[in-house]
Amino acid sequence: MAKELNKNLLKKMLYDMMLIRHFEEKAGQMYGLKKIGGFCHLYNGEEAVAVGSVAAIDLKKDYILTGYRDHGHALACGMDPKGIMAELFGKITGCSRGKGGSMHLFDAEKHFLGGNGIVGAQIPIATGVAFAQKYRNDGGVTLCFFGDGAIHQGAFHESLNMAKIWNLPIVYICENNQWGMGTNFRKVSSVDDFSLLGTAYGIPGKQINGMDVIEVYQEVSKAVDQARESGLPSLLEARTYRYKGHSMSDPAKYRTREEVEEYRKQDPILILKDKLMQEGIVTEKEYEKYDSQIQAIVDEAVEFAEKSEEPALHTMYEDILVD
Amino acid sequence: MPVITYREALNQALDEEMARDESVFLIGEEVGEYNGAYKVSKGLLDKYGPKRVIDTPITELGFTGIGVGAAMVGLRPVVEWMTHNFALLALDQVVNNAAKMRYMSGGQFKLPIVFRGPNGPAEYLASQHSQALQTYWTHVPGLKVVAPATPYDAKGLLKSAIRDDNPVVVLEGELMYAWKGEVPEGEYLVPIGKADVKREGTDVTVVTYSKPLKVVQEAAELCAQEGIQVEIVDLRTLRPLDEETVYRSVRKTNRAVVVDESWPMVSVGSHVAWLISRNCFDVLDAQVELVASEDIPMPYNHTLELAAQPSVTKVVAAVKKVLYLGE
Ligand SMILES: Cc1ncc(C[n+]2csc(CCOP(=O)(O)OP(=O)(O)O)c2C)c(N)n1
Ligand SMILES: [Mg+2]
Repeated sequence: MAKELNKNLLKKMLYDMMLIRHFEEKAGQMYGLKKIGGFCHLYNGEEAVAVGSVAAIDLKKDYILTGYRDHGHALACGMDPKGIMAELFGKITGCSRGKGGSMHLFDAEKHFLGGNGIVGAQIPIATGVAFAQKYRNDGGVTLCFFGDGAIHQGAFHESLNMAKIWNLPIVYICENNQWGMGTNFRKVSSVDDFSLLGTAYGIPGKQINGMDVIEVYQEVSKAVDQARESGLPSLLEARTYRYKGHSMSDPAKYRTREEVEEYRKQDPILILKDKLMQEGIVTEKEYEKYDSQIQAIVDEAVEFAEKSEEPALHTMYEDILVD
Repeated sequence: MPVITYREALNQALDEEMARDESVFLIGEEVGEYNGAYKVSKGLLDKYGPKRVIDTPITELGFTGIGVGAAMVGLRPVVEWMTHNFALLALDQVVNNAAKMRYMSGGQFKLPIVFRGPNGPAEYLASQHSQALQTYWTHVPGLKVVAPATPYDAKGLLKSAIRDDNPVVVLEGELMYAWKGEVPEGEYLVPIGKADVKREGTDVTVVTYSKPLKVVQEAAELCAQEGIQVEIVDLRTLRPLDEETVYRSVRKTNRAVVVDESWPMVSVGSHVAWLISRNCFDVLDAQVELVASEDIPMPYNHTLELAAQPSVTKVVAAVKKVLYLGE
């Protein structure tokens, strides 16, 4: 059964996707200005997956884990853009005190457990979080995000088997953005339809349109309900697309401009915006208001990051072990 | 002599050895169509085709094990790890299998396999992507480990590694790929197990390898301006270790500093420092100093990450310390 779609939720999802898009555009600019260094993986084009999924859970008891392309998930979980931008700038006010950078955003309070730089590493960890939820019988569910590249790691296959034999409350969400670095997913996968990869473990799988936030929301909601009520793990393959290169240093020469343009036509923000306007839920004026509000929030985040202090030298010896 | 980059030197080594021996193949993530995450394998797919330059899924444990199996029955795989950080997923296949098959079978098998990729910190990559993991490999009997610091050594050692009938781990460096140096045209090899004196001096021996060589060379220049003549021993191979070259230098200078970019505890550097302390005890005029990275995971913040690593200042200070030149 499809979940009730109230107007406020639809507006919030539009707003959250716009926030992610603006944030990522700004992060890209700041990288160009060398305010941000290292690996910086942007989420442009994939916003609907994080936003639709997070809208389907209750972060008071549910948890989220993802890989290094994590700005979108962090924002969708309601993390403060200031703390995220400051982290990208390596400042002490960053959500990880300047120690983690782009790939290692964390917020224990918001139940966002990272941010992981090792492809596939979050999959068993997320499974362990679901294990603890079941152990405590606290009614919580875990969402585990990973890419089309990560799905081939042994960690994925080992985890699915255990999630099934122990009936863990987890939803595995493969963000198939078609590319793992410069490799097309079809070239390195025995099947083109990743939803099939759950079948060997008795886990139901489904392909969903990751450019349509409403579909993501509804399908993740169903999977979450199943996990919560019956302890049934499931696997969703969200078909999506990343507009930018793999990271800021990738010129993405392995794909054609036409391919990118084709997906831009199915832009998740435009799709939802058009729909909400047609249905009279959002007016052009409201949309512009969101846009300028968000612009201001992102500018403030940059200003905050800019003005924040560098971490003091001694902080590098902190946070290694609990005293 | 032509001046080329470290990256090009490795590329030439791969190219020449693939041309020379049909059983050599390259396998790893992004090695083919993308021409290598760091472009080391540029052009090789075009030249040797997808049978011999093989793009894998992201499955370090799996494709490393595939290399081990292929080597057991006579192929000569070159396994590229996108970085050594990710090779931790493949540790089992290297340590439990590649390094043990010959021994466990009473000498029935040889494993002519090379594992290679960038090791050590680059810049702004934080804890999971900035690790100098040489200890993990060097600790293990049944492996050879090489760590070239110049284009010349990179080419010569990689060629030797590919021709070696044993498993050899090659430590490269992301920041070193762009380093330039003279590399002769035509065939040459650098033998595995031979250190190299990169600078002659009379006052202090500095033993190092891999990326810190550059830091040590700069420090030696600064010391020379103050009249201190540093001798630099570049280990080049970590296992088997060329102890004799180290001792010969220390017997000449009577003082030693070891510079190693990995963590200080149980490192190649701490081992070498112990060897010198034990085997050159009679001739040492000062305690042996170790300059290592700070004993912490790497922070993302750039100022902190630089402070965590060996630097010119730290090396100069250690050199002065063993000369009892207090600041
Ligand atoms: C274990 C491991 N191997 C390799 C890498 C290098 N790497 C980082 S991202 C990536 C591609 C992953 O693609 P995908 O899972 O599709 O995620 P996407 O980047 O498309 O979001 C690779 C190979 C890594 N970080 N960790
Ligand atoms: Mg992908």
